[in-house]
Amino acid sequence: MQLEPRLHTPLWMTLGAPIIAVLFVLVLCGGLISWAGAPLFESYIALFKGAFGSKFAIAETLVRATPLMLTGLAAAVAFRAKLWNIGGEGQLYMGALAATYFGTGLVTLPAPLMIPFLFFVGALAGGFLLLVPTLLKTRLNVDEVVTTLLLNFIVLLLANYLLFGPWKDPMAMGWPQGAPIIDEGILPNLVAKTRLHGGLIFAVIASVCVWIVMTKTKWGLEIRAVGLNPEAARFGGIPINKTILRTALISGGLAACAGVTEVAGTKEYLTLDISPGFGYTGIAVAMLAGLNPLGVIVAALFIAGIYNGADSMSRAMDVSNYIADVITAASLLMVMLAVMLTRMRIRFS
Amino acid sequence: MAEPEIVLRINKITKKFGNLVANDAISFSLEKGKVLSLLGENGAGKTTLMNVIFGHYTADEGFIEINGQRLKASNPAEAIALGVGMVHQHFTLADNLTVLENIILGTEALWQWRQDKRTARDRLEHLAKEYGLHVNPDSRVKSLTVGEKQRVEILKALYRGAKILILDEPTAVLTPQEADQLFATLRDMIAQGLSVIFISHKLGEVMSIADDVVVLRHGKLVASFPIAEASREIIAEKMVGEVVPAPKREIMAAGDLLLKLENVQIKGTTGQPLLKDVSLNLSRHQILGVAGVSGNGQKALSDLISGMIKPDEGSLSLKGTRVDHFDPRDMIAHGIGRVPEDRHTEGVVGDFSIKENLVLESYEEARFSRWGWLQNNTITDHAKRLIAAFDIRGADPETAIRGLSGGNMQKVILARVLDNNPEIILANQPTRGLDVGAATFVHEKLFSAKAAGAGVLMISEDLEELLAVSDRISVMYHGQISEPIPVEDVTLQQLGLLMSGEGFHSSSRESHHAA
Amino acid sequence: MDFFDMFLNIGFWAATVRMATPLIFGTLGELICERAGVLNLGIEGIMTTGAMVAWMWVYQGGDLWSAVFVAAFFGMMFGYLHSIFSVYMGLSQHVTGIGITLLSTSLSYYFFRMLLPDVTTPPKIIPFDEYAIPFLSEIPVIGEAFFAQSPLTYVAFLMVGVVSYVLYRTPVGLAVRMVGENPMAVEVQGIDVYRVRTGAVMVGSAFMAVGGAFLTISVFDAFYFDMINGRGWICVALVIFASWRPGKALLGAMLFAAFDAIQIRVQQASSSFIPYQFYLMMPYVFSILALIIMSRKAAYPKALLVPFRRGQR
Repeated sequence: MQLEPRLHTPLWMTLGAPIIAVLFVLVLCGGLISWAGAPLFESYIALFKGAFGSKFAIAETLVRATPLMLTGLAAAVAFRAKLWNIGGEGQLYMGALAATYFGTGLVTLPAPLMIPFLFFVGALAGGFLLLVPTLLKTRLNVDEVVTTLLLNFIVLLLANYLLFGPWKDPMAMGWPQGAPIIDEGILPNLVAKTRLHGGLIFAVIASVCVWIVMTKTKWGLEIRAVGLNPEAARFGGIPINKTILRTALISGGLAACAGVTEVAGTKEYLTLDISPGFGYTGIAVAMLAGLNPLGVIVAALFIAGIYNGADSMSRAMDVSNYIADVITAASLLMVMLAVMLTRMRIRFS
Repeated sequence: MAEPEIVLRINKITKKFGNLVANDAISFSLEKGKVLSLLGENGAGKTTLMNVIFGHYTADEGFIEINGQRLKASNPAEAIALGVGMVHQHFTLADNLTVLENIILGTEALWQWRQDKRTARDRLEHLAKEYGLHVNPDSRVKSLTVGEKQRVEILKALYRGAKILILDEPTAVLTPQEADQLFATLRDMIAQGLSVIFISHKLGEVMSIADDVVVLRHGKLVASFPIAEASREIIAEKMVGEVVPAPKREIMAAGDLLLKLENVQIKGTTGQPLLKDVSLNLSRHQILGVAGVSGNGQKALSDLISGMIKPDEGSLSLKGTRVDHFDPRDMIAHGIGRVPEDRHTEGVVGDFSIKENLVLESYEEARFSRWGWLQNNTITDHAKRLIAAFDIRGADPETAIRGLSGGNMQKVILARVLDNNPEIILANQPTRGLDVGAATFVHEKLFSAKAAGAGVLMISEDLEELLAVSDRISVMYHGQISEPIPVEDVTLQQLGLLMSGEGFHSSSRESHHAA
Repeated sequence: MDFFDMFLNIGFWAATVRMATPLIFGTLGELICERAGVLNLGIEGIMTTGAMVAWMWVYQGGDLWSAVFVAAFFGMMFGYLHSIFSVYMGLSQHVTGIGITLLSTSLSYYFFRMLLPDVTTPPKIIPFDEYAIPFLSEIPVIGEAFFAQSPLTYVAFLMVGVVSYVLYRTPVGLAVRMVGENPMAVEVQGIDVYRVRTGAVMVGSAFMAVGGAFLTISVFDAFYFDMINGRGWICVALVIFASWRPGKALLGAMLFAAFDAIQIRVQQASSSFIPYQFYLMMPYVFSILALIIMSRKAAYPKALLVPFRRGQR
C-alpha cells in the first residue's frame, strides 16, 4: 500500500470530506445503537430533535456550543503553531477560577466594564497557565503534550480544594460550589426563557477575530510559518520562541474564556462539573474544523448538537449518552483521515 | 568469446509522479562483470530508475528481469533476494546503532530467540578483508567518517551476497583521493564477477571506470553505447541537450573589505569543535569559493554568517564594525543575503504561497505590514514583479511553493535575497540538484551582483563549479579553513589534497602564493 | 509515625510494589511503541479499556487469567487502529493518539453502561489473590514486600526482563529499535517498516491494557469511571525519564510508586494543615519535575513522531 499526493483537490472534495466522514461515523455508530436494542432510525430522529428540534433545544445546543467554540479555537490556534496544547481543560478551569476570584465581590464595576474585565482576567490566568509548559518547551526542551495533560489534573485538584475549602459558598447547603458571580458580571440573557447567554456572541466574535489574525496579520503569518516549517521560519528571521509564547498566551486565554462563559453565563457560579471535558472535546472541534477558526463555529455547533441530542435520545431510547463521546472521538479520527485523503490517494500494489 | 551474459534487463520502465514523468519507457541491460554508468543531469530520473529496480518504487509500466527472472512484488526484499544491492546517495544507516547491527538486520529470521552475532562478525570481517573495506564492526555509525559510512553501505550489500551493485552518486561525498580508492575496490569486485551500475553526473570519473554508458535526459533514455565509442564531448552534449553557454567569470579588482572573520571558534552542542580558528576576508567585487567534503564545518560557517549561531570565540566584522548580536534578522539588516544549503528545510515554507515565501524575510518592512496588518496588495504586486524579473516558471503568487521544481524554487529564494540588494551574499550549495540551465541562471545572477559591488561567499561541494565561478578558493577540513588560493593558480590535485587534510595542522600559510 | 520508620515498614514496600505494577506495564508498553518511532497517546484510553474489559470478563463469569488475555487482545485492537492512522496513513501522532484515548474511553464507558444499565454502585468481583512465592517470601521484609504479591505483579517484573532481552538480543528487537531510529535503514534491508511499527504498537498497547486490567482485577475489585486518572500520561513521562530503557523504566515506576506511597502515608499521618488535594497533586507534580530534569539531555529515538511513507520522493 502506498500513498501518492494528489495534484489537484477539487472543491467538492475539500468541502465534502468532513461531511462524508461524519456521515460514515454516524453509520458506524448506528451499529452500536442497534446493538443496544434501540430502533436506529427513530434514535437518530430523537437525537436530531434533541439537538435542533425546538427553540429550547436549539438554545441549549447554542449554550453548549459556546465553550466548545472557545476551546476549539484554543486548540486550532495552538496546533497551527504545532504547539500541542492538550491542556484546554485545565486552562478552562483556570479561567473559571479567575472569574470567580474577581467576580464574586472582590471587584465591582458597571456591567459594560465588569464583563470584559472578567474575560480579561480569565484569559490572563489561562494564558499564563499555558505559558509555563510552553516556557519549559522553549527553554528546556520539555515535551508540552505531557506537561499540559498533567496540569489539567493539578488545576482540577486546585479547584477541588478551593471549592471544598476556602471558596465554598456557605449558602449552598454543603454543595461544593463557589459564591455566585455578582449581577454586574453575569452575561446577559439573549432569549427569554432559555439559558442562552451573551457568551455565544463573544465566542462567535472571537472566532472571527482569530480568523482575521491568522490570515490578515503578521502575527498570523508568523504562527503559521513556525508551525509549518520552524527551520525556514527561523532562517527567515521570525522569532520562533516569541511566536510560540505569544501563541500560548492566545490559546490558553481562549480556553480560559470558555471557563468564564460557563461561570458567568451558564451556571453563574463555579462548580466542579462546569466542564464535562470541553477542553478535550475542543481538540475534536478543532480537527473537525480543519483548524480553520470559522470552521470552528460550525464544528462546535455540530458536536454540541450531538451531545445534547444524545442526552435526549438516551432518555427516550435507553441508549447511554456516552454514544455522544463515541461519535465525537470517531469523527475526530475519521475527519483527519478524510482530510488527508483529499490530499493523497491510496494505491494498493 | 561466448554470448555476453545479461544479469539485469530493464524493459520499458515508466514511472510517474503526478504529472511528472520521471522515467519514460526506459530499456537497457547490464552484462555480467561490467560497469554500466548511468549518466544524466540532476533531475534526469537516474535515482528514480534505480529505486524502481531496488523495489522502493512501483513502476507504472514495464518490467525488470534479473538473471532472466522477472521482479514481481516491487519491494526491496525481492530485489535483495535476487542479488541486487544498492548504495543510496543519502546513507540509509541508523546512527545510534553499531555497524554490525546495521548490517545484520534482515539477514536472519525475525522471530527467533537468539541472534548469532559472533558468526556474523566473522563473516563481516572476512568480507572486509577480502575487499579492503576496513571498518570496526562495533563502532556506532554516528562516529564514522563519511567514507567509512559508505564502506558500511557497500558491506551491507556484499553481506547479502549482492551480485549486482547499484551505486548512486557514490563520489559526491568523497575527496578525489577517496574516490580513487573506491574505484580500486570496484575493480576488485568486478574481477570477482560482480556487475555494477554506477550513477554519476561527473564525466571524468565515468570515463575512467565504466564499460558502458547510458544517458538519461528529462526522464528519457537519449543514448546508450560502449565507452570505447564515446568521447567526453559527445556524452556531455547528450546529457545537456543543447549546449548552454556558461557565463564567463570577469576578473575585477577587489574593492573594500566587507566581511572579516577573525579566529572564530565554535563548539557544537556536545562540545565537539565545529569551527577551529577560522579567519577569512571577503571584499567587494569578489567571489570567494569554499570547497571541502560536506560535514567539515561548512554548515557552521554558513550558520554563523546567516545569524543562526554565534561564535564562542573570535569575531565577525562587517565593513570594519564588529558584530556582537547574532540573529538572522540582524544579519539581513546588515545587508547579508543568504541562500541556504537546503531549500526545503531552511529556504522555503513549502505550504506557504510563493508570495508569502517572497516576504518571509521582509514582512516586517513598512511596505508589507502596517501596525501588524499585512498589506496584501503590495505583497501580491511584489511577488508578480519578482516572478517576472526572475523568470519563475509555472508560478502564480498564490500557489503553494511546494509544487515548484527545484530550479524554480531556487529562483524564488534568489529573488528574495537579491531584491534587497545585499552587499554580501552567502550562497551555500546554490546549484545543488539543479540542471545546467538553472545552475547557469544562478551563476549569472551571482556574477551581476559581483559586478554591482557585492562580495559573494560561495560554499559548494562541486569543484568544477567552484573553479568556474570563484576568484579565490579556500578549503575546509575538520572545522579549519585554508588560506584562499587565487583560482588561476590552483590545481584539482591541490584541492583534493587539502580536502583530505594535507597541509592543515602544520603551518598552512601559503603566503608565497600571494607574493 | 516517624518518617524514617516508614522505610522499614513492610506495608510501605508492599504498597510501592503494588502501585508500581500498572505503571510498569504502561511504561513498558509506551516504551515499545516509542522505540519503534510511534508516540502512543492512546495509552490513557487503552488502559481504561483494559480495566473495563478485564473486569467485565470476570464479572460475566470468565476466569482471571483469561481476563488478562482479553484485555491484551482489546489493547492490541486499539493499537492496530492507532497504527492505521499514525503508521499507515502517517497522520499526526499527537492528535490521533488523543483521538484513540477519547474513542477507547468512550467506547468502554458506553459498553459498561449498556451491559450494566441498572447499576448504581459498581458491582464487585473476586480479584487475584496474593500469591506468596515459596521460600522467597520468607525472607524478612523484602520477602513479604516483593514475593507476596499479585501474580500479575510477578508478570510485570518478568516482562521488564523479557522486553529488555527481546529489544537488545533478538532480531525482531533490532528491527524495532532500528525502525525508530531510521525507517529507511530498515526498508533497504527488505523489511516492511509498516509491519514492524504496527506490530510494536499492537504489542505495546497490549501491555498498556494489561496495566489497566491490573487495577480492576487485582488491586480493586470493581470498575469506576475515571479510575485510570492520568496514570497513562504519567507512563508517557516515565518513558522519557527512563531514557527509553526497560531497566530504567522499572526503576522509574518503582521510584514513582514509592513517592506515591510516601505521599499517602504522610497524608494519613500528618494532621490536616495541608489539604489532601495537594497530596493528590504530588504524582502529577513529580512527573513534571521528572520531565524537567530528564528532558535536557533526552536522547529521543530519532524517528519518533516522523511518519514513514513508502515510495515517495
